[in-house]
Amino acid sequence: MARITMYHKEKSLQIKNSASALYNNLGVLRIAPKQLTYFTVVHANVVNMVSASWDGLNYSHRQLQSKEPNVATSTSLIMQAAFCALPSRDLLVVTSQKGIQIYESDGSIMVYWHALETPETPTETAVFARGISAVWENYICVGVSSGAILVFDIPSKGSNITLSEVLEEHNESITDMAPECSGSQECIANLVTADDGGNLCLWKSGEEFQVLNKIPGFDMSCSSVKLWKGTVVAGYGSGQIRLYEAVTGILHAEVNAHARWIYSLDIAPFSGLLLSAAEDSLVRVWHLSMTPETNTVEVAHLHNECVTDTQICGAKFCDGDGYAFAVTGYDLSEIIRYVQP
Amino acid sequence: MSSRTLPLLFINLGGEMLYILDQRLRAQNIPADKAKKVMNDIITTMFHKKFLEELFKPQELYSKKTLRTVFDRLAHASIMRLNQASMDKLYDLMTMAFKYQVLLCPRPKDLLLVSFNHMDAIKDFARESPSILAQVDETYQQLIEMYTPLSSGDFQLIRQTLLIFFQDMHIRVSIFLKDKVQNSNGRFVLPTTGPVPHGTQVPGLIRIFSCTGEELTRLQFNNGGNYTGALREGSFDLCGERITKLGTNMYSVSRPVETHMSGTSKNSAQHKKVNSAPNPLAKEELNLLAMLMGGLEVDKPGNTDSGFRVNLFATDEEEEEALLSRPDELSYGIINIQATQDQQTNAELAKIMGEFPQGEDHPSSASSKGDDLLAMMDGL
Repeated sequence: MARITMYHKEKSLQIKNSASALYNNLGVLRIAPKQLTYFTVVHANVVNMVSASWDGLNYSHRQLQSKEPNVATSTSLIMQAAFCALPSRDLLVVTSQKGIQIYESDGSIMVYWHALETPETPTETAVFARGISAVWENYICVGVSSGAILVFDIPSKGSNITLSEVLEEHNESITDMAPECSGSQECIANLVTADDGGNLCLWKSGEEFQVLNKIPGFDMSCSSVKLWKGTVVAGYGSGQIRLYEAVTGILHAEVNAHARWIYSLDIAPFSGLLLSAAEDSLVRVWHLSMTPETNTVEVAHLHNECVTDTQICGAKFCDGDGYAFAVTGYDLSEIIRYVQP
Repeated sequence: MSSRTLPLLFINLGGEMLYILDQRLRAQNIPADKAKKVMNDIITTMFHKKFLEELFKPQELYSKKTLRTVFDRLAHASIMRLNQASMDKLYDLMTMAFKYQVLLCPRPKDLLLVSFNHMDAIKDFARESPSILAQVDETYQQLIEMYTPLSSGDFQLIRQTLLIFFQDMHIRVSIFLKDKVQNSNGRFVLPTTGPVPHGTQVPGLIRIFSCTGEELTRLQFNNGGNYTGALREGSFDLCGERITKLGTNMYSVSRPVETHMSGTSKNSAQHKKVNSAPNPLAKEELNLLAMLMGGLEVDKPGNTDSGFRVNLFATDEEEEEALLSRPDELSYGIINIQATQDQQTNAELAKIMGEFPQGEDHPSSASSKGDDLLAMMDGL
């Protein structure tokens, strides 16, 4: 664990519109063969996309509008944009009040559209999709405000995407979901889903998804969740981070991490670094380690970054080791990057 | 996003408007009876039963333009008149004040306490008028009924919806600049000190547990701020201590209303972009609420002698400067509310307008008010 983890601020990436205050409002995808990284940030009904070359010389921008079939200009607000890296292909998923759009990862072509059932006149409970995750070899899961989880079967190429299953275990709006990110085949659970009541579900994917375990919440939204080496890492509106053993639901650690609502967690799977970001303007870097012999977890705090006067809404590592991370916040028209020297 | 956002937006902006008008009415030495009439007329209009019924229906937020029209009409619901520059300034002050409150409220749920602070103040403004107090109390009940059962996540969705509405607004307000809660670039200061929200622990503790739930270790870490424990929770009842000061009246005779019109060139560019894009929040520009607000006007050509102007600027020079320096994209064009082709809407509107009582607070204008409504209905 004796890593050097001092980060310094690098030149910011400018984006066309400011970031909206939405959970996990930053998408990052490394395209190693092209030495590029794609970033996405949601602004109201637009996804701002930037592709940045690693040498810092080339930037290109793209804007994706939320789309509805047969409507020229959409009025629906976007809830989230996230990259899904499957073994065969990378895709960009955009969720809104009206439905789910799936694009090629560079945003060039929309390959699939799934409309949500929306009432003609607004009802008290809002309708939207939020929570996006690639799972296993060929699935993309998307959460819905009703608590349902839609499972899409993704072919290795082409647009023949099908809705293969609807999972109904949550009773409150889905907030976030994440696949097992360590790449380990030994972990039985390979998807965790979270909702507005802080309830967590652990799933085993396959032809039919199987719910393995449910970890009850405590009336506080779980806004961001990750799954690493069989451990669930969950961030809450209370500013707490909790670590649970996925299959048993045993609480391993509880961290009073932030003074305000947590908006984003990320894990660098190769190093076990954990990133947490909140409305309190702070980004913190932690180190997680597991001791299988004693079945215990260690959590060490390594680093703080304060983005002055900014309620942070998105934070992500830019690589699997956690050498760099990127951050954005409400009303901010830039992505701030921090790197280890 | 949340379809329960509009009532909070309207009540809090309305509350801020009343604070500012109250201060300006005093500053311009408007006779007490006239000032009282203005405040009472506006409050009566704000909390009109039919209007609230419409307001509390689940719906998407209005476009910025439509909401501005609603408040133009509300400000002119009495004998007081504001010119374009003063109205612009009034609206900027209201919106920036509420943006500040939404951004700073410790928990999303505290938005309701901010609203209660506004309601408490409005109740105090109208304390001598039992009929208005009854309307205000009715509104408290509706707020409590609608919002107290909501979960933390529901409130966060409301807050996020409001933040999208206020996104990219960076107008500098002198009272905020003086209090050092706003920076010269228009961004609000977010403290990393002071009490944490109710239900949150001061950051800095890591606890590790064994498989049987025993606490194995406790580690402290540097939280990078200077936080203290949470204050007790404010009251979500009809009356009670709200604890938070957000949403209370920040103006007084010694702290007058002033604005710096600003907008760095960068911000102005953003405004332009936002306004030219199709507004994601507007379902339709003309809607029942704005029309209703128009139907509530009390002012008549026949009684202009009792009317008066209120100015949000200290001097003419200041006003002229504000008009000239105001970025174009910040100017809200006035929407002319005209009858739509929608027969059903018209019928409903006519019905509602026909039901507006001729309030006891403005008997002098009662007959002409009736004529005006009639004239408007003829025009439909």
